[in-house]
Amino acid sequence: MPALMHKPVTTMIAVALLGLLALVPIAAEAFDDPFMLTLFTRIVIMAIAAVSLNLILGYGGMVSFGHAAYIGIGGYTVGILAHHGVHAAWIQWPLALLMSGLTALLIGLLSLRTKGIFFIMITLALAQLVYYLGNGAYAYGGDDGLTILKRSDFGGLIDLNHRPTLYYLCWAVLVAALYLCYRTVNSRFGMVLQGAKSNDRRMATIGFPVFRYRLTAFVIAGMVCGLAGVLSAAFTDFISPAMMHWSRSGDLIVMVVLGGMGSLFGPLFGTVAFLLLEEILSSWTEYWKIVFGPILVLVVIFARGGIDGALMRGQANILMAGCAGFFLLYGVHSAYESDWLIPTAILAAAFALVWLAKWLADRRASAKEAGHV
Amino acid sequence: MTRSSFKTTLAILAATLAALPLAAAPAAAQAAKKIRIGFVTTLSGPNAAYGQDMKNAFELALDHMGRKMGGIPVEVVYEDDEQKPEVGKQKTEKLLQRDKVDFVAGYIWSNVLLASYKPAIENKTFLISANAGPSQLAGDQCSPYFFAASWQNDQNHMAVGELLNQKGAKKLYMVAPNYAAGQDATNGVKALFKGQVVGQDMTKWPDQLDFSAEISKIRAARPDAVYVFFPSRWGVQFYTQYNQAGLKKDIPLYSAFTVDAVTLKLQKDLALETYLTMTWGTDLPYAANQKFVGDFRKKHKDNPTFYGAQSYDAANLIASAVTATRGNLKDKDAVRKALEAAKFDSVRGPFKFGNNHFPIQNVYQQEVYKTADGEYDLRTVSTVLTAHQDPHAAKCKM
Amino acid sequence: MLLLLFEQFLNGLQIGLLLFLLAAGLTLVFGIMDLVNLAHGSLYMMGAYFAAVFTQWTGNFFLGALLALPAGALLGIIVEVVALRTLYTRDHLDQVLATFGLILFFNEFARVVFGAGGMAIELPSWLEGQVEIMPGLPYPSFRFLIIVVGLGCAGFLYLLVQKTRLGMLIRAGASNREMVGALGIDIKLLFTLVFGLGSALAALAGLMSGPITTVQIGMGDNILILALVVIVIGGIGSIRGAFIAAVAIGVIDTMGRAFLPNMLGSFLNPSDAGTLAQALSSMLIYILMAAVLVLRPAGLFPAPGR
Repeated sequence: MPALMHKPVTTMIAVALLGLLALVPIAAEAFDDPFMLTLFTRIVIMAIAAVSLNLILGYGGMVSFGHAAYIGIGGYTVGILAHHGVHAAWIQWPLALLMSGLTALLIGLLSLRTKGIFFIMITLALAQLVYYLGNGAYAYGGDDGLTILKRSDFGGLIDLNHRPTLYYLCWAVLVAALYLCYRTVNSRFGMVLQGAKSNDRRMATIGFPVFRYRLTAFVIAGMVCGLAGVLSAAFTDFISPAMMHWSRSGDLIVMVVLGGMGSLFGPLFGTVAFLLLEEILSSWTEYWKIVFGPILVLVVIFARGGIDGALMRGQANILMAGCAGFFLLYGVHSAYESDWLIPTAILAAAFALVWLAKWLADRRASAKEAGHV
Repeated sequence: MTRSSFKTTLAILAATLAALPLAAAPAAAQAAKKIRIGFVTTLSGPNAAYGQDMKNAFELALDHMGRKMGGIPVEVVYEDDEQKPEVGKQKTEKLLQRDKVDFVAGYIWSNVLLASYKPAIENKTFLISANAGPSQLAGDQCSPYFFAASWQNDQNHMAVGELLNQKGAKKLYMVAPNYAAGQDATNGVKALFKGQVVGQDMTKWPDQLDFSAEISKIRAARPDAVYVFFPSRWGVQFYTQYNQAGLKKDIPLYSAFTVDAVTLKLQKDLALETYLTMTWGTDLPYAANQKFVGDFRKKHKDNPTFYGAQSYDAANLIASAVTATRGNLKDKDAVRKALEAAKFDSVRGPFKFGNNHFPIQNVYQQEVYKTADGEYDLRTVSTVLTAHQDPHAAKCKM
Repeated sequence: MLLLLFEQFLNGLQIGLLLFLLAAGLTLVFGIMDLVNLAHGSLYMMGAYFAAVFTQWTGNFFLGALLALPAGALLGIIVEVVALRTLYTRDHLDQVLATFGLILFFNEFARVVFGAGGMAIELPSWLEGQVEIMPGLPYPSFRFLIIVVGLGCAGFLYLLVQKTRLGMLIRAGASNREMVGALGIDIKLLFTLVFGLGSALAALAGLMSGPITTVQIGMGDNILILALVVIVIGGIGSIRGAFIAAVAIGVIDTMGRAFLPNMLGSFLNPSDAGTLAQALSSMLIYILMAAVLVLRPAGLFPAPGR
């Protein structure tokens, strides 16, 4: 297990996190809080999409700014079929995978010839085409979207209307997606993909058909993401072009980068952190973005390589202090209920302290270095 | 693995575990007997002013009741839908599942409401719209658990159609945004307008802010009258651009929902001499209205919008049902009967529900005028439609 | 019909030039500093708010605009020094993440400071009227002013980039950053200057669009994506490319909105035709970009040596 060997902390935390996620339905039952299940179903579905994006972005260096398109394709396939009275999952789901795979193939064929920002933008452009296709589909609600009146039917085998069942299905898909990603990355195929990320000319010279390898990875990622779309449609009973808006693709990138790209569990951390932060901050104050924005900037400046990078560099204690502080604040907030100013001020002060500590540590480190010379 | 990294892992695990019950804490804390109401509206982004206005009016209504309904304390949870259907749906689910509210209310936008109403209905929780009134919910998708305290989308637009007939317009050009309410708007005008529609444009919603292409087409089509439906900020932009193109003085402008107390601060002179319809105005002579408008002005130093007036009515509608059932909200049929009776003093005066739970009410013509202190305000000119019921009621089997 | 066609072309040109003002700053910053600045849209919004506030304060649109430009540049410089300076050596993705955070911040910041209701920029009465461009074709004066300012700005930037020493450094920086530094140029100062110039251009775009679309929170978010499309079609760092691409996109979008609904309306009802026409005219832009990139993977006018 070469990719995992050197970072046991990450693996342990990730496994523990997956274990905790598996307990969510029980906890939701115990605390009589069904919304917890709703929130975490959403988180798990987004994590599947983020894992699929990480496969091409983190390991393949292909920054797709249109990944939400596959969520849409998956969702719309299910939604449109349901609209016409086809509810059998055996038809809906494979067809959704096929459609998202084909879309990924088409987008990949056109976009993989470009590099860098041009690749980012051409994937955006093609995803926008899919978005506007959904917008123009007036038979399926156009802009307003479409309510799915009946969920996919597994012929009595799996009941998607039973919320814990749906949740465990999503959870299983997430674990499967992580395993698929792990196997892919550590196969010869994955090695070539990663080699091409750092130097594609060398890989091509050695004799690997880099383009075909990349295209294959692109299609796999698209299909996994399409599955996330299928689950999302089953979960929300609603499809609309908004699920493939460019800002959704942006959110996915943010989740992957926040968690740490090119690490197996990075996207999982990123998604959980992003969505939980959003949920908790927005329950504090409607001005939550004024806190959330600077947090992102700070993460970029101080925690290179995202959460996973911080864990790997042994900054787990800082991260933990952050987490602990955050939940402490949550407690403080509960005491002050509707007042958002106090927790926000404490949060700002905490960040200022972290910044100061970091600055002092850097100074000491550089002084030490100078002394050695 | 080193010892320290193991300890770290344990500590993080412990912290996360400790967090789970914390996240659930708000739900566990509700033991006392309370009426809980969830209110979903737009509190961020360019239209936050309207959500704020609705919130202010709803709060004012609660203040007027002493924050009690039928003697039981009331608690309201406000949620921001960011004007996005899927966010509105998520927030509605949160209100139903975590806050376990007895009523959900609010909803400015038809598309947000259409996405959000299914979870509420399936949960058998009464949903009271304080603004949006899409035709789907008035017709074949009407529900025993849905009430509109506002209007059915078509009503105000039908009044515009009638007003156009009264003013003798023969050739009409229509522009509206392309979403559920925009489609209801154009259909509503066409339902009563007897002349010819010479052109119709549906603009991109909600991204399109520049209407130069549409305005040039209006000029080329030479209609007698132009009808637009552009709620909130879009109304400001259309009025500004229509005036800049020099069309305001040549072709009279008719609209509904496009001018309100918030947009008026920006539209000013541009909104003078345009033809508007609405189901409510600050100057309606009913006691409940005078109290609402007076206290709102006193508290917020500003005029309420119709969004606020409808929210005030929604609060009183809910209160009437709670009082009538003596707080026994488990008996859904009794609550429904009480809501259908609508025994409260509406700021709109005469108010009753049709079979589809949408109001039967008057629609007035309004106009903008300049007050003595140089401000702008709306006043009621005439009654266009009396005790009007929307045309979709017949399709509702209730 | 021909007159309408010409008028719609002017509308498209005007939208395109507004887009150019925004894209020009973006392409300069991107080309020279290799910085993906998503917060450019926020600087556009803040420029518009500055203009609205200063116009209200001075009572004159031109004085307000004159004050808003340096204010916008100054804000840009502050953002550069505080947050973005450390990101130049980073991966593009880090920059995207950080500037995405800045967008969130600025949107809420504007809401806290300027209120949620938005602001209007009042124009002097002669700009509220129309000019008779051709007999029978009155055109809104302010939109005409946008065309004039946009063309003027394009000319100014052309002279600046092609004929001045700063422009020489800008061109050199766009093709080889390290070399410019090695030649003893104060790169830090150059970057800050360019960023300030870019921010001033964003503010100019914002204050010119303010009187038409009013000043609102989040007004820079969607237009930023269009500006990115423009600079990618034009070639990163190329002012000329940005100009051509911006005008092309403006005209295509307007023509699509103007004529597609009627064409589709002959066989669909108006609402369905509207839905489809909106989608199609928006798609045209992205089809154009995809086609350009498939044929010329680095845009129309790529900077030499990149």
